[in-house]
Amino acid sequence: MALLEVESLGISFGGLRAVDNFNISVEKEQLYGLIGPNGAGKTTIFNLLTGVYKPDKGTIRLDGENMVGKNTIDINKAGIARTFQNIRLFKDMSVIDNVKVGLHNHHSYSTLSAIFRFPSYYKVEKEIRERAMELLKVFGLEEECDYLASNLPYGKQRKLEIARALATGPKLLLLDEPAAGMNPNETGELMDTIRFVRDNFHMTILLIEHDMKLVSGICEGLTVLNFGQVLAEGTTGEVLNNPEVIKAYLGE
Amino acid sequence: MMGFISYLVNGISLGSVYALIALGYTMVYGIAKMLNFAHGDVIMIGSYVVFSTVSTMGLPPAAGILISVAVCTVLGVVIERIAYRPLRQASKLVVLITAIGVSYFLQNVALLIYGANTKSFTSVVTIPPLSLAGGALIISGETIVTILACIVIMIVLTLFIRHSKPGRAMLAVSEDGGAAQLMGVNVDGTIALTFAIGSALAAVAGVLLCSSYPSLTPYTGAMPGIKAFVAAVFGGIGSIPGAFIGGILLGIIEILGKAYISSQLADAIVFAVLIVVLLVKPTGILGRQIQEKV
Amino acid sequence: MRQMKTKALSKQTKNNLVTYGIVIAAYIAVEILMRAGMVSSLLKGLLVPLCIYVILAVSLNLTVGILGELSLGHAGFMCVGAFAGAIFSKCTMNAIPVAGLRFFLALLIGAAFAALAGILVGIPVLRLKGDYLAIVTLAFGEIIKNVINIIFLGRDSRGFHISLKDAFDLGLEPEGEVIIKGPQGITGTPNDSTFLIGILLILVTLFIVLNLIHSRTGRAIMSIRDNRIAAESVGINVTKYKLLAFTVSASLAGVAGVLYAHNLSTLAAQPKNFGYNMSIMILVFVVLGGIGNIRGSIIAAVVLTLLPEMLRSLNDYRMLIYAVVLIAVMIFSWSPKCREFRERYGLKRLLGSKKGPKEEV
Repeated sequence: MALLEVESLGISFGGLRAVDNFNISVEKEQLYGLIGPNGAGKTTIFNLLTGVYKPDKGTIRLDGENMVGKNTIDINKAGIARTFQNIRLFKDMSVIDNVKVGLHNHHSYSTLSAIFRFPSYYKVEKEIRERAMELLKVFGLEEECDYLASNLPYGKQRKLEIARALATGPKLLLLDEPAAGMNPNETGELMDTIRFVRDNFHMTILLIEHDMKLVSGICEGLTVLNFGQVLAEGTTGEVLNNPEVIKAYLGE
Repeated sequence: MMGFISYLVNGISLGSVYALIALGYTMVYGIAKMLNFAHGDVIMIGSYVVFSTVSTMGLPPAAGILISVAVCTVLGVVIERIAYRPLRQASKLVVLITAIGVSYFLQNVALLIYGANTKSFTSVVTIPPLSLAGGALIISGETIVTILACIVIMIVLTLFIRHSKPGRAMLAVSEDGGAAQLMGVNVDGTIALTFAIGSALAAVAGVLLCSSYPSLTPYTGAMPGIKAFVAAVFGGIGSIPGAFIGGILLGIIEILGKAYISSQLADAIVFAVLIVVLLVKPTGILGRQIQEKV
Repeated sequence: MRQMKTKALSKQTKNNLVTYGIVIAAYIAVEILMRAGMVSSLLKGLLVPLCIYVILAVSLNLTVGILGELSLGHAGFMCVGAFAGAIFSKCTMNAIPVAGLRFFLALLIGAAFAALAGILVGIPVLRLKGDYLAIVTLAFGEIIKNVINIIFLGRDSRGFHISLKDAFDLGLEPEGEVIIKGPQGITGTPNDSTFLIGILLILVTLFIVLNLIHSRTGRAIMSIRDNRIAAESVGINVTKYKLLAFTVSASLAGVAGVLYAHNLSTLAAQPKNFGYNMSIMILVFVVLGGIGNIRGSIIAAVVLTLLPEMLRSLNDYRMLIYAVVLIAVMIFSWSPKCREFRERYGLKRLLGSKKGPKEEV
């Protein structure tokens, strides 16, 4: 059974059928890419997968469990975490606090304990801090742990967003254009980081990307989306050589 | 039955005043993206100017009104230039507090000049009351003038915004200030114009309010200002027809509430209706749902 | 790593301790001045109100600065707490003759009822957006004030009686007493509030608010403020934490209300003490002190309350000057041009305690 099974997914906005008959199957620990021209509906699909939108057709199964109808919070608890096209960090909080929020559901103590500082507060805060620093180390952000998140350079902000998503302990990580705005060096670094995350956290990763170097470099499988529908799918090699795909991207 | 119609008409009249004030609120909010908390106090200043020119100096009412409109227009533009424009990049909360400061300022200027004693305002309306249904229903001249003035102003304003260049500039800035600027729209001038129009409307509203309810103190503008703000939100903040509908409805609810339920609770009823409406339609009656892009 | 952890905890704890320290130091300073007879009776009368405003400002900052929602109805919760506490105190004046115990219970009751009001208001209100939320909180504040004004509450041997018309409608026995007389409110509340109690309540408020902020709960609340959509995407229960912050804030306003009620002999719900004017005044303290800056709220509340008094010599012009000062401070603190000026000439350090949320408190 694949980790993520999506069948016949669809949604309309007003009169526009934004996504239609969308299928995808992502195996455990696979690095899978969702590509397509701008406006094809890729982020809409991420929004459908994370409960921001409710589909009017189709099914979404994570590890066999149905996700349609659940809200964003429950979907995250069930195991899907994401990053956003326009980085959504907690900008007035510190770098480490951003990650600590990601750890919220996995290390808890009561609010009463928070106010009156019972022993559980100290014990769990220590756990949270240690775990958060571990995650920051993975992304090379431990030096800046007390910086304000909005003061980080762009590339590091993207990494922080991924770190925060990872902190929620997901089974499936959705990355929305993680290389956007990065130069070739940063992109190379990001590729290594994504591979590291998959290998060491045994993470399944589905990413949206326009940067073909990254896509061809790390994706093991691809689905191409055009006008809300699947244009092609298969291994990276197959898809990138598919004439229909080339036509969709470059025009006639 | 006649009683009900009489209350209804008075409600529409009071509502017209609220509508005129709400128009100023909603235009400034839609175009300058700020809550001008001092708006209610501009009304009060306008009323005092009419009071000074007509009751104290003995000028004819028409002249008093014109002077009042002129003073308020200038006042509105000056306030915007000094207190709000420097803070255009700041958060909305900061501008709100500054507006509160301006409100305190205006109230205390009036307090210093005129004192806290209630001034008796002479109505500027010279039309005699209308007697209908054989004397069972009497509509005061003030009420008639207020409603007519509101309708006329609404029509003129709508035409102005749709068909004139500065009017369309206002629409553009309210949609996207940055893009409007890049298109060559004079954003500063447009915002100044918005404040000018809003303040002029406030002056008219003040005169009409005090003609119907003739007591004037430095704090006369505050509660109508709040209620007009409620009306603007009620109708959908940023929407001009919304401000009109919101204002009229608010006036009707307030008068009917005072008449049929309790005069002490009238305000509470008005606010309660607002809450109920917003729970059902969170962006107000004619408000637009602005979807946040994820 | 261990060192870093200990250092970071100490930094935050040190910061908190400074805040507590300022309050305690202020208390000691005032007490010394009072013993030395250097405190005017005017100022003495302001001591408890200062404590009340500080508690109100700190609790409002929890909603405005930490949760990031604009509330214009804070005075309404103060009103609920004040009346709940006052009713309790009046009814138990004979049953619990020990003032300390009775006042303590009144505080708990005031806090509890204000918290309840916070929940009841919060549930419908917190799902509205920004400006709409603000106007609805203002509406609720006015409704609470108006409704309390028409309540007549009496007690006799048969129990409690409520009327919305007048005192006669209560139908009390001759030995019965009227507790709330409609718009005239409650008279004869025991005068239990003291400066020391006020200071202690400030410290309690700080303890609750600061500990809440620097915890997992506080981080969840701030994440909602900074980016609600992102907060949901990492599994934060937005509704629960919004309601929690709002309710704690309301509850603390209720505590301030009880303190207020026991500082006067007559408690009546008027526009100037429980209306939007009061809510706005507290909001001004919060914004001037720095949104999210708890220590700033304390300082702003004290300075802005004392300012009109210190300007008393300027008589009629003092409120005008207050307004001008307010406008000037806002423009000089937040206009981009003035910010550049300040950054260049190092005044930033002087105004440091009034900076925005970037300062960790």
